[in-house]
Amino acid sequence: MSVSSDTRSISVIRARFSAAGLPTLGAASALLAWWTATTVFNVSSFFLPSPADIMTAFRKQPEYLLRESWVTMTETLIGFGIAAASGLLIAMVLTASSVIQRATLPLLVALNSIPKVAIAPLLVVWMGFGQGPKITLVLLICFFPVVVSTMSGLTSTPADFGELARSLSASWWRVYFKVRLPWALPQIFVGLKVAISLAVIGAVVAEISNPDRGLGSVIVLSGQSFDTPLAFTALVLLALMSVMLFYVICAVERLLLPWARAISA
Amino acid sequence: MIKIVGVSRTFQTRKGSVEALRNVDLDIGDGEFVAVIGRSGCGKSTLLRLVAGLISPTAGEVLIGGTPVGKPRRDVSMMFQQPALLPWRSVLDNVLLPIEMFGWRRSRHAERARHLLDMVGLTDFQSRLPHELSGGMQQRVALCRALIQQPRVLLMDEPFSALDALTREELAGELQRIHTDLKATTIFVTHSIQEAVLLADRVVVLSARPGRIRKIIDVAIPRPRSFSRSTHLAEVSSIVADLHELLLDIEDNRDALAAAPGRAPAGLRS
Repeated sequence: MSVSSDTRSISVIRARFSAAGLPTLGAASALLAWWTATTVFNVSSFFLPSPADIMTAFRKQPEYLLRESWVTMTETLIGFGIAAASGLLIAMVLTASSVIQRATLPLLVALNSIPKVAIAPLLVVWMGFGQGPKITLVLLICFFPVVVSTMSGLTSTPADFGELARSLSASWWRVYFKVRLPWALPQIFVGLKVAISLAVIGAVVAEISNPDRGLGSVIVLSGQSFDTPLAFTALVLLALMSVMLFYVICAVERLLLPWARAISA
Repeated sequence: MIKIVGVSRTFQTRKGSVEALRNVDLDIGDGEFVAVIGRSGCGKSTLLRLVAGLISPTAGEVLIGGTPVGKPRRDVSMMFQQPALLPWRSVLDNVLLPIEMFGWRRSRHAERARHLLDMVGLTDFQSRLPHELSGGMQQRVALCRALIQQPRVLLMDEPFSALDALTREELAGELQRIHTDLKATTIFVTHSIQEAVLLADRVVVLSARPGRIRKIIDVAIPRPRSFSRSTHLAEVSSIVADLHELLLDIEDNRDALAAAPGRAPAGLRS
């Protein structure tokens, strides 16, 4: 009895370690390697600042940096939210009717192939300054993955379920909302995870092309004043934001779809 | 209860047409349990899908309770080889799925769902998710789901064939008990001679493609029957022997040899 509970607690500890310990260990060793490299080779902080230089740069003006982070975060979240909602809706419309899908999907793919970086200045022309064009760029950059993943989820309902639904002579709507949509959710989350990482990139690209507020603007301005540690601080904050948003989505997925992990290998 | 009159079914494929069933006539009485047995590809499943209204016959007619079958009906339920449980729904919610699909009131049928789960020994599992259950338990849930709408006709397409031998026997025993209780008219498609003899009032033997009725054998052994030591050992073994001969017989082998020269007939290989 005690032996089995011992082995169980060991396996729980091992699972916890691989969930939280391993990522921490990986990040810590990368930091250590970076810090060692900058001190051993005596790299100038103008060229490549060490982690310590970055901490110092952050301590100098934490409020400013956090405020700019918040600006980038809101642009990211608003753009992502609109993209997720409209992407879902459009994918549902496209999969509902093959006529609409055939008519509009090539157009959608073509639009997606436009380099988003290239239209960032155009958005300023069309929408002016402020957060509007930035949110729009985020929306444009992360809309497509949501559409594609939702479509693939909605069209991958197993044949077994299809036959079951037909034998119950269930209405199209009931099958859609009780079978097809829930089955598509894991796929939809794949799209959301890709989209949230792209969303942060979109926000920064928009800020760099038209700097006023946000971490992208901090990077541009610090470059102009040759303040490399500040630029790196902004990059680190961006990375942290990206990781945090990504894992928030993972957590929501685990909470909503405990079955999805269990049925996949 | 079920009348199958001169039913044929041909499928059009890219390589031409395949005749799955030819001129099948079958009368099944109210509450009767009929097993349909035959080699792979003899049209067993096609016959079942015709009765379910999932496909329509090329010729002939299927009648249930006197009315022709055109599309799936709510008093006919179907159970498949795979449990096909929705992985995000609890066991109880899976059993209640047909009720929701029909747009009936859940609260009116929840009690019956619990009762059915109780019958198959899954009372303690009703709030679990399907992946937490063994294959046999999942198929039990699928059986409860097929019974929730109180069907007059139950169609079963090799429901136990994906399970291990012991679980199959266990489930066949449970199905016998449930059929005695609920008396739904049942067509049970199977590969297993044992299952057919254990469960059926009559066993319909189909010949290989195109599927035709080769013989109908009455199983006049009193219930409850069991796989183990039985007082009717002689009758059981004589029916099993008959079915073996019918399914593996010389004429079929000669057909197989003619169709694929140089190859051993399927029956001898296995």
